[in-house]
Amino acid sequence: MTKIDRHYDKDMRSLAAEAALKALDDTKGADPKAVVVGNMMSSSLYQQDSLGALVADAIGLRGRGALKVEASCGSGGHAVAVGYSLVASGLYDQVMVVGIEKMCDYPTSVVTAGLAQAADAEYEVVYGASFAALNALVMRLYMSRYGAKRESIALWPVMMHENAVHNPYAQLRFRVTVEAVLRSPVIADPIRLLDAAPIGDGAAALILASEEVARKLSDAPVLIAGVGMGSDALDLASRQDLLDPISIRYAAKQAYAMAGIEPRNVDVAEIHDAFSITALLSIEGLGFAEPGKSWKELEEGRYRPGDKPSLNPSGGLKARGHPVGATGVYQVAEIAMQLRGDFPGIKCGGEIGLAMNTGGVATLTTVIVLRR
Amino acid sequence: MSMRMSPARVWRARGSRYRLEASRCKDCGRTVYPPRPVCPYCRSRNVEIVELPRKGRVVTWTVQYTVPHGYRSKAPLILAIVELENGTRVFSELVDVEPEEIREGMEVEAVLRKVYEDGDEGVIVYATKFRPIKTG
Repeated sequence: MTKIDRHYDKDMRSLAAEAALKALDDTKGADPKAVVVGNMMSSSLYQQDSLGALVADAIGLRGRGALKVEASCGSGGHAVAVGYSLVASGLYDQVMVVGIEKMCDYPTSVVTAGLAQAADAEYEVVYGASFAALNALVMRLYMSRYGAKRESIALWPVMMHENAVHNPYAQLRFRVTVEAVLRSPVIADPIRLLDAAPIGDGAAALILASEEVARKLSDAPVLIAGVGMGSDALDLASRQDLLDPISIRYAAKQAYAMAGIEPRNVDVAEIHDAFSITALLSIEGLGFAEPGKSWKELEEGRYRPGDKPSLNPSGGLKARGHPVGATGVYQVAEIAMQLRGDFPGIKCGGEIGLAMNTGGVATLTTVIVLRR
Repeated sequence: MSMRMSPARVWRARGSRYRLEASRCKDCGRTVYPPRPVCPYCRSRNVEIVELPRKGRVVTWTVQYTVPHGYRSKAPLILAIVELENGTRVFSELVDVEPEEIREGMEVEAVLRKVYEDGDEGVIVYATKFRPIKTG
């Protein structure tokens, strides 16, 4: 992983190499046979397709098979799922997954327009809708249906910033208060600036290998015990219930079944919280809380480090940062380090970890269960 | 600025954007907007194009203060999901209304409005927006 930041001095080649070479050096001579790249906006912001070749060549793997996986903000998690399947199918015995995103070279309005491409171009974005606005529609409905208090929802970003203070890779390493969240500028009512993940550059890398090869490459390999994917309607209005995140529920159901676990077995998880409302739907979709109850659990002080599950000890998208297409790879790397016991921020430990990444408004989701 | 909106793309969407055409499933009877070739609820391919009612109620809304290039003159944008009289939901913009006047359940009606101009010489995109129904 690289620290998430405004890396004006690094292009995609150098950022990818920084993360990938660290991952290679963490093994005893890994030799990935293919490269899977998670990225969202290389095409819209950098006029760059064929990203697999750019990354493979930059990290010394010219000649190996390479491709980019795009699922908007969920690209990273989907790249891990694809990398997993390349190994599980037996096609390759080891592959490299690299999540990378550069966002800081352009003004916010340009980046925001790029991010809006996650939504329905013909029926949502045409009206000028931003990604924040679409999430705001969901948040208002959530508050109205469940009577959720605005100040209770603000406890999420407060907890994320507290966790990120300890994470050297995090972008926003400072504390905020509920008052600061409620006083921050309105982006799309009721979403305020401190409900939203920041814009940042970052790259993270993983080496996935068959169990046999993994034991040769590492003294402490972490097992991918479950993988699940799910989707919802691209547009919001046609969904059966805006507050029922079916893509998360479907992905979680598959991943739990494959790993042979229940939500209550998860010790530590990194979940998708691009906005505070996203965190609530993620918690509920994963089955950590009943529908409509997650904000109450926040009031009761749940999900802090040491709780079961501990959620986002990294600081989450909110404060660790959200280099969109790289985020899902950060999450899996962080959970792997949590289970190994060498995460450089808040350590939660545990046997079973989970990473949940989604693109759009819970439109394309992956859930990955890891086991020590 | 180069052309961002193709005339063919705008022309193709005329039925759904101007007349609120949706797809109705002849098997399960449900209607969905925008129209789809396959019913998302029962996977039937037996779907027909129908026009939606032009009146409905606001389900949820937002006032968007940061708007993209090309929409600055309209800021802040009021965007909403409207449930039409037959229960079908559509995403759209609310017009002829101040943010503080909007309420959940507020009655609105469809109007054809301009949404986007592609520079000085490009296509002008029109679509259906919603305004409050004046009572009394």
